[in-house]
Amino acid sequence: MKRLALVGMPNTGKSTFFNRVTGASARVGNWPGVTVDLLATRILLGGDMVELVDLPGIYDLHGFADDERIVRHFLEHTRVDLVAVVLNAAQIDRQLTLALQLRDMGVPCVLLLNMSDEARQLGISIDTAAMARDLGLPVALMAAKHGHGHAEAMALLTRALATAKAADPEALRARLAADDRIETDAAAVLKGSVVIPERLPAHLTDRIDRVLLHPWLGLPLFFAVMLLLFQGVFWLGEPLQDALERGFEALRAAALQPLLAFLPAAVQGFLLDGVYAGVVTVAAFVPLIILFFLFMAVVEDSGYLSRAAFLTDALMARLGLDGRSFVMLLMGFGCNVPAAMGTRIMRSRGLRLLTMMVIPVSLCSARLQVFLFLTAAIFTARAAPFVIFSLYVMSFVAALVTAVVFKGRFRNDEPFVLELPPYRLPTLRQIAQRAWLEVQHFLRRATKFIVGGVILVWLLTHLPGGATPGSDATFAGMLGTLFQPVLAPIGIDERLTVALIFGFVAKEVLIGAFAVIFGLEGQALAADLATRMDWVQAYSFMLFTLIYTPCLSTIATLRAEARSAGFATLSVAWSVLLAWLASFAFYQAARHLGY
Amino acid sequence: MIPLHQLAPGDDATVAAIHADAALRSRLAALGVRIGQRVRMVRKGRFAGPLHIRLGTTDVILRHRQAGQIEVAR
Ligand SMILES: Nc1nc2c(ncn2[C@@H]2O[C@H](COP(=O)(O)OP(=O)(O)O)[C@@H](O)[C@H]2O)c(=O)[nH]1
Repeated sequence: MKRLALVGMPNTGKSTFFNRVTGASARVGNWPGVTVDLLATRILLGGDMVELVDLPGIYDLHGFADDERIVRHFLEHTRVDLVAVVLNAAQIDRQLTLALQLRDMGVPCVLLLNMSDEARQLGISIDTAAMARDLGLPVALMAAKHGHGHAEAMALLTRALATAKAADPEALRARLAADDRIETDAAAVLKGSVVIPERLPAHLTDRIDRVLLHPWLGLPLFFAVMLLLFQGVFWLGEPLQDALERGFEALRAAALQPLLAFLPAAVQGFLLDGVYAGVVTVAAFVPLIILFFLFMAVVEDSGYLSRAAFLTDALMARLGLDGRSFVMLLMGFGCNVPAAMGTRIMRSRGLRLLTMMVIPVSLCSARLQVFLFLTAAIFTARAAPFVIFSLYVMSFVAALVTAVVFKGRFRNDEPFVLELPPYRLPTLRQIAQRAWLEVQHFLRRATKFIVGGVILVWLLTHLPGGATPGSDATFAGMLGTLFQPVLAPIGIDERLTVALIFGFVAKEVLIGAFAVIFGLEGQALAADLATRMDWVQAYSFMLFTLIYTPCLSTIATLRAEARSAGFATLSVAWSVLLAWLASFAFYQAARHLGY
Repeated sequence: MIPLHQLAPGDDATVAAIHADAALRSRLAALGVRIGQRVRMVRKGRFAGPLHIRLGTTDVILRHRQAGQIEVAR
């Protein structure tokens, strides 16, 4: 089978093209460094099966950053029949050098000039025939986001692939020509085929930037936008969640209970109060989480993240980080795993490790579910949004403290140079794809961790046989007693210990575990919790949950990205310590103040 | 010739020299910071924050330190 690889500078639309060609839903974002992994799928091209590989975006082939090394390594060790070089047509003046580097290395390639729509808006005209002749490579102009020129691009790939002969990976090594020659070559090609207007038309992006990057208003506006976004998610999502909860309860009463009535009581209890109650309590949050990710997708695709890096870099520099670290923290609000992987765009190991050290305290969507659940149960509807907001603030504070503590250990000597893309709006198709991606992600987690976790919690709270469920005599009770000396000073009930232990696997299991521990679900569970915890205990519990450790997937990612088990261990140990200290300080202070 | 960061917002100049190590030099080149290229200072961040510059159709942000390694001529 022939192999076709997509190579290009960051943020040129490789993933968008990949998605269009394969019908897959790789993550798209208007931020240099979203595609960080190799993605491969088989597609049918001109009657033959072809393997299509999407490589991380790279600026050049010298390979100083991790992602550039990945691409180089791939090209040097894998047989590739054809490389499609994806460049941004609106920035052809500087991006063409990458195509020349590849061509001069002896890689068989074709050139796909993407974002023809933006180039046209800027008044840039490109004579693809002249360029193809001067380069000696086939060239096509397209707009992957809108599908313009797609058929022509595919036809070009088919033709090129039919005749392409794979270069010998061995021979590719160390054949990079000197930069100076490449720049002269690029200038010659550009002169013959590209017309860029002397004065570029005033861009909408400029006008938006004048407001959003305003010297004094920029940062306050940024936080206002974020706040509005979260408000929007809850405002739209809570009615959906309530409806879903009621639906699950009705389903249980109307169908499941009568259907399972023939089973012995213990088995019924296991299935209904264990598996069903646990999974359903988590599943009710799905609409909210989907909305949350849709909003995140819009922000990610808008180009606002790079502006956030501009606005926060001065502060981050004092913490030994840079503006990109802040963006990774923001991405961590969705999920810590891609955020940790996103640090691959950083070259300095110190900066990467320090950023990976702060990412795990970022309040991810799974933790958000726990907090939404608890605040709805314990706090008034009026106070709830402020409680959630305060937890986001605490998440930032924990990140700051972590950076200050570790900045001496992980030194950052990395220059900060970042591209600022124009503002873009995602298409409905892109939004829908992203939502589908998140639903799949949730379902995978659900089957892998949540069901299993919930079952284990049920077993621990019901065994050994003969013990009263939930009592001190069960395994869960024994664990609770064992941990009481450390958890009592921060106000955490012994019955919740087992939930915290499983929260280590995945945070969603925490709420599932509540349902199992108390044998209730939905509104009834919330009402029951309110009688067991006061607000100080609840807040202390949430603080602890926020910081004490990320989920198992994040820890595995940290280990893999840092290539060090020691680093992952340090990260977890520090989180647990910081969590305990924060909760202890809060709980004891609140109690001494008489709350 | 003056270091890039001394340009005032709205000023245009031409990149005249780049005193960076190989890694930074190639990253800058890929972003369009090349000798002879016209560059505009778009804005400067508060509290000694990054500089926002424009090269052709590409916008780039960078810190004072890196801008100090780039010399421009008006
Ligand atoms: N205007 C325009 N935007 C595009 C086009 N193709 C991709 N984009 C946008 O460019 C940004 C980067 O796309 P992505 O596929 O993530 O690029 P990658 O980093 O190279 O994989 C996203 O905001 C896309 O929506 C296009 O043809 N025209």
